[in-house]
Order: sequence, then C-alpha cells, then structure tokens
Amino acid sequence: MSSLERSEASTSSGFNIDFKALGPFLALVGLFVLGTVINDAFLSGGNLSNIFTRAAFIGIIAVGATFVITAGGIDLSVGSMAAFISGAMIVVMNTLVATLGAGIETVLIGVVLSVLLGIAAGAVNGLVSTKGKIEAFIVTLGTMGIYRSLVTYMADGGTLSLDFDVRGVYRPVYYGDILGIPVPVLVFFAVAVAGYVLLNMTPFGRKCFAIGSNEQVARYSAIHVDRVKTLTYVIQGLCVSVATIIYVPRLGSASSSTGVLWELEAIAAVIIGGTMLKGGYGRIWGTVIGAIMLTTIGNILNLTDAISNYLNGAVQGLIIIVAVFLQSGDWRRKKSK
Amino acid sequence: MTDAAVHAVNPDQQARVRLSGREICKSFGPAQVLFDVSIDLHAGEVHALLGENGAGKSTLVKILSGYHQPTSGALSLDQAEVTFEDSEVAENHGVILIHQELNLAEQLTVEENIFLGREIKRGWFLDKAAMRAEAKKLLDQLQCDVDPRTRIKDLAVSDRQMVEIAKALSKNADILILDEPTAVLTGREVDILFDQIRRLREQGVAILYISHKLDEIKAIADRVTVLRDGRLITTEPVAEVEKDDMARLMVGRDIKQMFPDRAPVEAHDVAMSVRNLSVDGQVRDASFDLRRGEVLGFAGIVGAGRTALMEAIIGLRDRSSGEIERNGEPVSIHSLQDAKKCGIAYLTKDRKGSGLLLNMDMRPNLTLLALEKFGTVILNRKAEEAALANAIEAFDIRAADPKAKVGDFSGGNQQKLLLAKVMETDPEVVIIDEPTRGIDIGTKSQIYHFIGDLTKRGKSVILLSSEMPEMLGLSDRIAVMAAGRITGILEGNDRNEHEIMRHATGISGKQGVSVHE
Repeated sequence: MSSLERSEASTSSGFNIDFKALGPFLALVGLFVLGTVINDAFLSGGNLSNIFTRAAFIGIIAVGATFVITAGGIDLSVGSMAAFISGAMIVVMNTLVATLGAGIETVLIGVVLSVLLGIAAGAVNGLVSTKGKIEAFIVTLGTMGIYRSLVTYMADGGTLSLDFDVRGVYRPVYYGDILGIPVPVLVFFAVAVAGYVLLNMTPFGRKCFAIGSNEQVARYSAIHVDRVKTLTYVIQGLCVSVATIIYVPRLGSASSSTGVLWELEAIAAVIIGGTMLKGGYGRIWGTVIGAIMLTTIGNILNLTDAISNYLNGAVQGLIIIVAVFLQSGDWRRKKSK
Repeated sequence: MTDAAVHAVNPDQQARVRLSGREICKSFGPAQVLFDVSIDLHAGEVHALLGENGAGKSTLVKILSGYHQPTSGALSLDQAEVTFEDSEVAENHGVILIHQELNLAEQLTVEENIFLGREIKRGWFLDKAAMRAEAKKLLDQLQCDVDPRTRIKDLAVSDRQMVEIAKALSKNADILILDEPTAVLTGREVDILFDQIRRLREQGVAILYISHKLDEIKAIADRVTVLRDGRLITTEPVAEVEKDDMARLMVGRDIKQMFPDRAPVEAHDVAMSVRNLSVDGQVRDASFDLRRGEVLGFAGIVGAGRTALMEAIIGLRDRSSGEIERNGEPVSIHSLQDAKKCGIAYLTKDRKGSGLLLNMDMRPNLTLLALEKFGTVILNRKAEEAALANAIEAFDIRAADPKAKVGDFSGGNQQKLLLAKVMETDPEVVIIDEPTRGIDIGTKSQIYHFIGDLTKRGKSVILLSSEMPEMLGLSDRIAVMAAGRITGILEGNDRNEHEIMRHATGISGKQGVSVHE
C-alpha cells in the first residue's frame, strides 16, 4: 500500500497537497477495509467501540504532544508521568476512604489531584528546559526516569491497588457511556476539539507554529517564547492527567510497568498524523487518526492468525517509518524544484 | 596598487577562454528561466554577472558549476565540450561556486571545514598538524586572522566567507564563481576580498562575480554580462559602460528617481531621545535625539556598536546605563514587547534568520508581530486576509501565488513583506537595519520611497546601512559611531562620505580603513 501512495503523491503537485492532508485518513480507511476483509467481526459495534476506547488514552496524550512538537519541543516523560499520577491518585484516594468514605468526594479529590499533578509535572518540564536552556529531549529523559522511579517507590516495587469500594464509584468513568458512546471516546473527542481550536484558531496556537518554525523569528516578533513553550508542556501535562483519570478505573491499579512506552506511541500518533517532528507544523486531526490507526493495527492482529499478535510492535514501527518517509520524500521534492 | 596597474593584464592571457556556455536554455517544468544565454569566462579576468532578482543569474551559475543541467545548449572548457554531471565533477575540473548562503558545517572547525571530505591522512589516521598548517597558510594568504581551530559557529559571517574562499583555493580552483560575496561583508572586508580577487586574477584565475552593486562591478570587474528576464542583454567591457547605463540595461527602463525627496523637519519636535546609553563593552554613553518625520542614519564600521545600541534601545540587549524618552516622557523598555508598546519597531537585517517564517505563507508572517490586533481569544481570519490584501497593495508585493511559502520569494518581496509585517503594529519609530541587502535596484528604489512615505506620515526612521549611497540618499542627518561612541551627528553639507569616514575612523584613531572606489 505504501508504494501505491507514494506514486500517487509524486504524480502531480495538486495530488501532492491532497495527499498530505488526506494521507493519514486514507490509510485509516485502508486499515478498516483490511480489517473487514480479514474478519467480519471487525465492524461490529462492540469491536469498534473497543478500538476507539483504547485509542482514547494514547490519543488524548498525543493531542498534548502535538502542541509540544509543533512548538519544536519533545516530551519523553508522558508515560512515566501517567504512571506517577495514577499511583498518586490511588494512594490519596485509598487514604481518603478512612475519613471521607468511598464516595464521589473521594474520587473528585483524586481527579483534582491528578489535574494539579499533571500541570505541575508539565510546568517542571517546560520551565527547566526553557529557563535552564537545556534541550527538552534531555530534560524529559531525566523526568521520565524521575516520575517512573517515584511510582515504583510509592508502590514499594509492587502494585498499588485502588480500594474496592472506590472502584465501584469510579467505574463509570471508563465503562460508562452516554447515548451508547463510551465516556473515554467522548472525552477524547472533546479534548481533540479543544486542541484543534486552540492550535488552529487562537493567537497561542499561531505562536506555537511560529516558535517551532523558527524560534529566532518568533523572538523578534515580540513573542514570549519561553512562556509559550512552557505552556505547551503544561498542556501536555494536563492531557496526561485527563488520560490518567479515565485510565485508573480501567485497571484499578498502578505499578512500575504502567504506561511503559506510551511516550513513543503518543509521538508516533503525532508523526503519523502529519505533524513535523522538527516543529512548525501540526495537525490535531491527523494526531487523532494516528492514535486510532495504532490501536486498529493491534486490533486487526488480534482478529487474524496470519501474523502473530506479538508482532504488533513491529507492524506499528513499520507504519511509523513509512509515514515519516512519505513526509520527508515530500520535502525533498519541494526543495529540488 | 592602482587600478591602472591591475587592469594592465597581458592581452594574450586575457583572451584565453576557459569556461564558456553556448546558447544555454533552462526550464523548470513549464517555466523557462533561461533563453539562449552565452557567456565566456577568460583566464585572468573578473567577469561580472549583473541582473535583477529573478533574471536567471543563479540558474546560469548553477549550470556553469554543475548544480543544474542545461535543458539545451552546451558547456565547453578550454575549447573542448564538457558535461558537468554534478558539482563534484565541476570541482574536479577546477570550477567552484561559492554560494551566497555559505555551505559550512557550523559545528566543525575552520580547518575541518576546509578539508571536509578531502582530509589529509597519514596511514589510517587524520594528519591534523598538516591540515592545520595548510589551513593557516591559506588563511594567511587571504589576510584572514582566524585561528584554524575556531568553530564556524563562533565566526562572523564575513570570516566564514573567507573560509569558503580558502576552501575553494585549497581545491586548486582556477575558475571561481562568487555569488554575491559582498552581501554580508563590511567595507573593510570588501576591500580585503577585492585585494584577494585581484591577486587571483593576476594568477590567471577566471572569476565570475555576481552582484547587484554597480559600484563594486565598476571597481573590480573587467567585463560585465547583463541578464534580464532570463535573456542575455549584453556583454561589454566595464570601462565602456557607465553605472547609469548598467542600471538601465538591468532594469530595462530608466529609474527616474532612486531616492525620495526629503522635506525639512522641525528640529525641536523630538519623537525619541536616548540619553547616555551604555552597553558593557559595546556602547559608551550614546545620546541622540530622533526628530519626528526624519530619517536618522547610523554609520560606522562593523563593531562600532550600532547594532548593539539599537538592540539595547528595543530591549533585546541589557543596558548598563541610560534612559530612553518617547515624546518627552521617559519609558522603560526591557523587552521587545515593551518596545512594541512604546511604538518602536525594529526591522532586522537578517530577514531569513530572524525576520520571516520561511516555511509558511504570507498571512501568518504578516500578522505575527501584531497578533493581538487580530483577536485575543480567536483569531479573525477574515481580518488577517484583509490585512494581507492591503499589505500586498500598499507594498507592491508581487507573489505569483499568495499561498506560496515566503522562503520561495525573491529577496525583494521578502523585504517588502517584512516591512509590511513591522508596519502592522503601527509604530511611530522604525529602526531599519540594512533595508536593501541582496535586493535588485528596481525594488531598492521602491523600498526607499516606502521609507520616504513613512516619514511623510510622521513616522521617524533610524537607518542602519553599510551602503554609502543609501545612507547619503535617504538620511536627513547621519550619526557616526566609532568604538562604541557616537563621534558626530552630521547635518547639511557635512553629510558626505569624507566626513563620515573621518568620524568613523579618524577620531578613534583606527587605521587601515579605506574606502574603495
């Protein structure tokens, strides 16, 4: 399929632009067709709902990552951050059961805590990299280790489990639905719409594009570069906290293996969606489709015996490389004109 | 060394054709950019290639140096037909193009760059001592006082140019193509470069010299070829064409008035005054008044502190002391945002590096500096489109496709867009650093008239320029800086090249600065 797309992209410049905007969407449609051919059950309501619900975690985090990457940054700490926030939420909610009981209040406090921690963790990433003038890659590599080790420490090397009664109260946030649409999917959609508006229609979003495109130009255009960059990390932290809030009721536990490699999946979703890894160009809807694609691949592999499910990572990796290859091929053609 | 001595080249040698292109045509897709252009480069001769932006100069030299293949036509080297499949083949034949945008690896040192890909080895290992010695020799030849161990990123642009030339010399280039080499050089550096070019010419090197600057062509070239709209207009000995004729041949029409008329300004109506401003190690105790509606030029050799002073005024650089007043009121400026609020705008000389987002189209570029004007919560796209339409009209931005990336625009259109971008904030004081660098003469004149119009609307302009005609033609008064101090503000009849150079050099006692003719 990839070679077909490539030849189509190179036929004419008009096609080229269409391809760039629609590429990820067409690829997703292709995956859905493939899934249907492989197994009739693919298009069943239950299966689709399953795909979208699972895509919601990575998708919500990836919406935040779209801001960071568009503004020329990178955040490697999101998976560890999610694990750390999960752990902190569980510890605090379990503690509160003794005083407040296992009610809505306990869950709400857990949710507020999650938001505060997400904002704080994002602010740490942003401020250390901008004020300390350290590459975001290094800073978030460091905080990735820190957050991961904090959750291991809190769990004492084992697993933190949410109080059973709280689980019952909290359960609808993951398993519930409104008008038949699962709550995580609705949250995902809301986050994506908010992200789209913020990135494409507001001065803040424009500034993200400008900074990612050329930081010096942004500086000379009277943009508070450090402030805007820090805010992108805060948005990323907020997105991680929202994803965590809907993740905790799913498993009801957190351990050192929670959220492992989520950062790579989130970045992959962003890149597959057409956002430039070097910054300056970002697309929220592309990211949403990228996240759904990654989940769909896993789902299709589950439904077929042709390829082992254990090769999920390999197929995803292949898709990422092909996506980036198509992007860079596009660049070369433009330059050589 | 007098010009007469330099031009007295052995006629036999002069007539020796080295590289020539015959009836070269080049098309990119449906667009033809060169039509039957022929050119001969002679050994021991400086051949100037003159033309406006988009005339096809770059395409022609890229064909001559193997970066592009001609659609039709042929190249010959020493009377034998030759094909340069790529630039490496051309370089092996001694033909080297030095790009306007220098191609140096910024993180590597000078010596590593000079020998990049051709490292001197001793067995399996690099012979660093040999490379360093050779690099030092080449740089000494160029009178370039740069340590070969310096990294490129720590060098001034002018020094990088010298490194490029040293690199070309190390490859035994005997046909050297220089694409606007002086665009980034200061007066003194231009002198050194010209000395070097003359020396190479005496050694029999054939040099193709691309420039917009008529003065330079007069000073350095033996023959000039003029291109216009992809066509060869003429090739003539430089001694036989006047500068006005060259301008007319290049533009294809008379430029009636290069500079706008200046109206007298009221001396007591001060828009901005700067008092005792100092920047550590850069600017000492600078004071001046900027009158409403005037163009105040700032002249001086590089390192005199002009840019540092301006950056200190607009908050991009820390001041160690000094006050700024706007309309008689003291103002506090510590960032570009503060400067913007005080109605002061800065037009950078580095339009590609700090002025425009090259990978974006015009609209986001135009509105970036004045974004709050277009909405605090949601950007008003219609208002942006309207502002763009106005700007295209007001500044005569000629973009074939308004949605094209501005990186694909000509320098002139980029500069016009940059001017439009800055004017979106409706500033009262506009500081313009090198308004016409790398821009053809027709567009230059247009930009001069835009600046004239600004002052007629009561804006005050500070002009920094390394081009003397521009400085003299546009400025009402000229402040001259030397070694961080303002050594004089010249008015009336004192506003001339001699006085400027006297203030820029004599007072501070700096020697060795000469004005090339």
